[in-house]
Amino acid sequence: MSWLADLFKSRKPEPPTASNAKERLQIVLAHERIGRTREDFLPKLQMEIVAVVARYVAIDPGRVNVSLDRGGDMSTLAIEIDLPGPPATANRRAAAG
Amino acid sequence: MAEIIVVTSGKGGVGKTTSSAAIATGLAQRGKKTVVIDFDVGLRNLDLIMGVERRVVFDIVNVISGEARLNQALIKDKRVDTLSILPASQTRDKDALTKEGVGKIIDELSKDHDFIVCDSPAGIEKGALLALYFADQAIIVTNPEVSSVRDSDRILGVLQSKSKRAEEKRDPVREHLLVTRYDPARVERGEMLKLEDIREILAIPLLGVIPESESVLKASNTGNPVIMDQESAAGQAYKDAVGRFLGDKIEHRFLEPAKKGLFSRLFGGRAA
Ligand SMILES: Nc1ncnc2c1ncn2[C@@H]1O[C@H](COP(=O)(O)OP(=O)(O)OP(=O)(O)O)[C@@H](O)[C@H]1O
Ligand SMILES: [Mg+2]
Repeated sequence: MSWLADLFKSRKPEPPTASNAKERLQIVLAHERIGRTREDFLPKLQMEIVAVVARYVAIDPGRVNVSLDRGGDMSTLAIEIDLPGPPATANRRAAAG
Repeated sequence: MAEIIVVTSGKGGVGKTTSSAAIATGLAQRGKKTVVIDFDVGLRNLDLIMGVERRVVFDIVNVISGEARLNQALIKDKRVDTLSILPASQTRDKDALTKEGVGKIIDELSKDHDFIVCDSPAGIEKGALLALYFADQAIIVTNPEVSSVRDSDRILGVLQSKSKRAEEKRDPVREHLLVTRYDPARVERGEMLKLEDIREILAIPLLGVIPESESVLKASNTGNPVIMDQESAAGQAYKDAVGRFLGDKIEHRFLEPAKKGLFSRLFGGRAA
């Protein structure tokens, strides 16, 4: 019986995934093609931002977080820097230098 | 002067070696004096696909290091007399290849060949860079799958910036898209990227579409390039691609699912 059931069982209507593939590719490649001519700028950007902030506030360079979300019509670059409390300032300044 | 063709993809396992063997054999069958070079030093496989593994004595690294002359390392194909194979080394690593060494070999082969087909290793490291460096034309092998399409785009960028033609600011390397392992039934069900999507994204001229086919495995089992199997869809598709490469106007085939009768549906008929 089971082979008969298999044979005539209607295929579960799964949503087609190929269109996802196309959309995701178009977005990621649009970004990669722009970046291709230059080196990946994010590590440098992070270093420079940290250096500028460190000139004004004592920060721990290990506690800087940079993230990027590449979207179709909008991308967001988020830079998160933990500012330490006042007591640790002296030590941290040494570390940041 | 020979035309230098690189068969490349970025991503591994998409069908570069299968395609290099088929296209080189096809060009030779059309009377063009052709040599196919395996650039996958350390992971040589072209010799097996071409069925010449038992005849390898010297390889490309021996020639570069001066341990053998080029014509000692070249293996003449026994099926098509205009075809020869230059195997890669199995024991050395990719550092054994140098730009000067490869350049000399290509110069020498250029003198008495029409086509030099370079089977690139996967990746965008040294071996792949050397395989594409001297190219006049590039065949980009792509599977209908996100990572393969992305890597193809990446390797197109490399061709446009790191090839000899790019460095010397000459006419760019001519690019051709070869979609392989295409399964029209899965495309129809929306499970696989369709040809039109891949073409739209990569935007380079289409050389051919090779269907997913069991005959490819059979061909590699026996060491006969699949283009020699003209019963099979893949063999025919490669032959068409070679024709187009040489300027013939040939319509694309195998883009629609094969019509299955009730009999094959019941008893699991497979694509040839
Ligand atoms: N049209 C096809 N239909 C079915 N199988 C295929 C097809 N083309 C290639 N294959 C299979 O895919 C596998 C990888 O093929 P191949 O060795 O040619 O890829 P490659 O790109 O050279 O791999 P690598 O990056 O490791 O050098 C093999 O097992 C081969 O038989
Ligand atoms: Mg290979």
